Amino acid sequence: MSPVYHTVRLASETDFDGWRDAARRLALNEIEPGAITWQVGDGDDLFSDATPLPEAPPGATMNVPRDFVEKAKAVICHRDPARFGLLYRILFRLRSEPHLMKIASDPDIIALREHEKSVRRDIHKMRAFVRFVKVGQGEDERFVAWFEPDHYIVERNADFFVRRFAGMRWTILTPHASADWDGDSLVIGPGATRADAPLEDAANDLWRTYFTNIFNPARLKVKAMQAEMPKKYWRNLPEASLIPDLIKNADRSAREMLERMPTMPAPHHAKVQEKHWSKPEEHAPEDATSIPELRRQAESCRRCPLWQDATQTVFGEGPETAEIIFVGEQPGDQEDIAGKPFVGPAGRVFDEVIDEAGIAREKLYVTNAVKHFKFEPRGKRRIHQKPNAGEVKACRWWIDHEIGLIKPALVVAMGATAAQSLLGKAIPITRMRGEIVTRDDGVQVFLTIHPSFILRIREPDEAQAERARFVKDMQAVKALMGV
Amino acid sequence: MSAPSLAQKLAILADAAKYDASCASSGGAGRNSLKSKGIGSTEGSGICHSYAPDGRCISLLKILLTNFCIYDCVYCVNRSSSNVRRARFTIDEVVNLTLDFYKRNYIEGLFLSSGVIRSPDETMAEMVEIARRLRIDHAFHGYIHLKMIPEASRDLIAQAGLYADRLSINVELPTDEGVKRLAPQKKPETIRVSMARLREKIEEKSEPTMRTKKRQRFAPAGQSTQMIVGADAATDSDILSTSARLYSGYHLRRVYYSAFSPIPDSSSALPLVRPPLMREHRLYQADWLMRFYGFERNEIVAGRPDGMLDLDIDPKLAWALVNRHAFPLDVNRAPREMLLRIPGIGTKVVTRMLDIRRYKRLRIEDVARLCQSIAKVRPFIVADGWSPRGMTDEENLRGRLVPAPKQLSLF
Repeated sequence: MSPVYHTVRLASETDFDGWRDAARRLALNEIEPGAITWQVGDGDDLFSDATPLPEAPPGATMNVPRDFVEKAKAVICHRDPARFGLLYRILFRLRSEPHLMKIASDPDIIALREHEKSVRRDIHKMRAFVRFVKVGQGEDERFVAWFEPDHYIVERNADFFVRRFAGMRWTILTPHASADWDGDSLVIGPGATRADAPLEDAANDLWRTYFTNIFNPARLKVKAMQAEMPKKYWRNLPEASLIPDLIKNADRSAREMLERMPTMPAPHHAKVQEKHWSKPEEHAPEDATSIPELRRQAESCRRCPLWQDATQTVFGEGPETAEIIFVGEQPGDQEDIAGKPFVGPAGRVFDEVIDEAGIAREKLYVTNAVKHFKFEPRGKRRIHQKPNAGEVKACRWWIDHEIGLIKPALVVAMGATAAQSLLGKAIPITRMRGEIVTRDDGVQVFLTIHPSFILRIREPDEAQAERARFVKDMQAVKALMGV
Repeated sequence: MSAPSLAQKLAILADAAKYDASCASSGGAGRNSLKSKGIGSTEGSGICHSYAPDGRCISLLKILLTNFCIYDCVYCVNRSSSNVRRARFTIDEVVNLTLDFYKRNYIEGLFLSSGVIRSPDETMAEMVEIARRLRIDHAFHGYIHLKMIPEASRDLIAQAGLYADRLSINVELPTDEGVKRLAPQKKPETIRVSMARLREKIEEKSEPTMRTKKRQRFAPAGQSTQMIVGADAATDSDILSTSARLYSGYHLRRVYYSAFSPIPDSSSALPLVRPPLMREHRLYQADWLMRFYGFERNEIVAGRPDGMLDLDIDPKLAWALVNRHAFPLDVNRAPREMLLRIPGIGTKVVTRMLDIRRYKRLRIEDVARLCQSIAKVRPFIVADGWSPRGMTDEENLRGRLVPAPKQLSLF
């Protein structure tokens, strides 16, 4: 049996619905891609003897991946006359190769992707390089642009301009089609010529002034410019006429910049310096006599290198008359950002637990053994790192002063780092938990875990039990103090 | 001296802004002018409306409100001791320029920066007022990027975030010592705390509110920063570690690297040479590897004894040449994280290879059709129909892959 040839006539270059209807009927009748000719408009009558399109068999269905439909809608805007056939070929293959769209290395899929990319790029460049010229004033104000796209994209792209310039009346003219927005409705009309659009806008001069001055002659990269703004667009861009001269003179301008000797400071400079920057140097700090003073001094602490990566010093917080000082390990991510101790996840556990034990946080002074956040950056997160002995030792200077100024009846060391800081040596916290150690200077130190320990336990029951023990510890602290 | 015209001011205040690297208008929430019948839209990805011969995109109207400045940062053309011509826009001039340019489709919006006059708060308040008039008085929905003055008050930062798509605070230089030396009146501590406050505010506002479940608008395109490269002695390793700290600490969308460019009337404390554009380029590539390819900073600079990236080859290829034991990788079996480490293969190609792998095995021809240049990839992979044999360990592998040196220009 000799093959039956079919000719499909589409209403326009971008007649997607027409293509889809025809493609559906043909594919459901198993018509091979090679047996179809696609035409736009009435065309010549060379194939007038072709058979009419077959009806789809009753009840037959065809499922097509959404991805294909979306790409096809874009590709139909391509100027390549072979696009209708390419789309049909893929559609036809999809029936027996349902995963075809995922085979990115398939030559048909590559062609589809390249076509789609080319259309997308053309759409993008139209959004970038359409230049409106204002005509008329007041009530008659309108904006008209002339643009020469590579593909049949005006209709597909018009909605973008509606969304962007809803409050204006505008017309975009191209050789193939035009789009007109009167503030309420969009009309796609026939093509136009360059002569139909106005040429110069009063704002063009200002725009050229901007273009000239935003260019840095010391960084000439002509190829990079042309890759993104090919010459074919230049004739419709008001600033493009400046480019050859800017390039030609760039070397000279840059060399002039390099060679211009440093000059004497501008005359007003001395006055500015005098007025804004001549405040007397702060004299060296003496020993602080209050917590706020101590906190201010700690802001510029350089006793260990941890300040370099941290945002700020996170100092202790609470009343200077507190009877208890709680000492944690070091600020975490959120404490570092907020500049306050115990505001992160562990801080929330701490708040809940002391609340449960009946201790009021506002009566406590809460601080950390180390005042700067130590971390390792990983992507968008900062991974907490344990401070080493040197860092703990360096920061003890602040803890000692905090204790000295507040003179609490009890200091609670939460976790090994806090204990090490307060007692000057490594302490097996889990074993000595709940005990009180009296230091040589008479300060009493209660040993317990750090609340973050509870957060690290994966097993919910275990975590619950650990939390209950922590509440018990806090109840013991409360009993000790009678707060 | 007569008052300068608008065009003269534009010339001065655009010239003053040309050293700023950022011009991006992407990453914001979608928005358009259909309802308000105002003008402007943002749809996620930015649009470059023109390109200057320096190869840089022009997306935003990038200007300074004024180039008068009380600071005396050595590297800045606007420092108080500089002899450049000074000018100052009025609030309305900036608003009208933005609208006039936007309506003609020259720009995506405004990138406003400023020298500091009188006080940080006074300057910042004027910048915020410009953004407010655009948004509220003129129903402008285009992109707005405000360069924050780090010393500005919390209240002004909060207002700026209501109107702007993106806020940025420049860290200026990669190290605190660099800032202290070249920008003696700027405080790195203040800059860091300002970035922290921005992160805090952005996070706070991105939580749905209890009452409406709606998110409040606050700088939807996040925050970014810029540092100058090549004005001080900081190495690439220093620079990348600063970036890693900034990304992880303040959740910046972008860190911009701006090759220090000689400025007119420059100070003798600075290198008066052509800006190190290739170094800038390599830093952007390395930055990209950290953000999208799962590389850590130390991996990228490991094997570079002077802490500087290789200028001849891209950092991914440089890493692969040092870590040849990790290759060749079998493209039919290697996990995504490893595929991302193959030189010459980008994130898109990796996704496509993984998609294909679900249905068929990859032949070398498939890989060739997916990537730009198979020559660069071949020594590092195994595919059906291809094995590099000893090629991966070949001594001259680098020589094969590095482009032949170009004739140097006389100037």
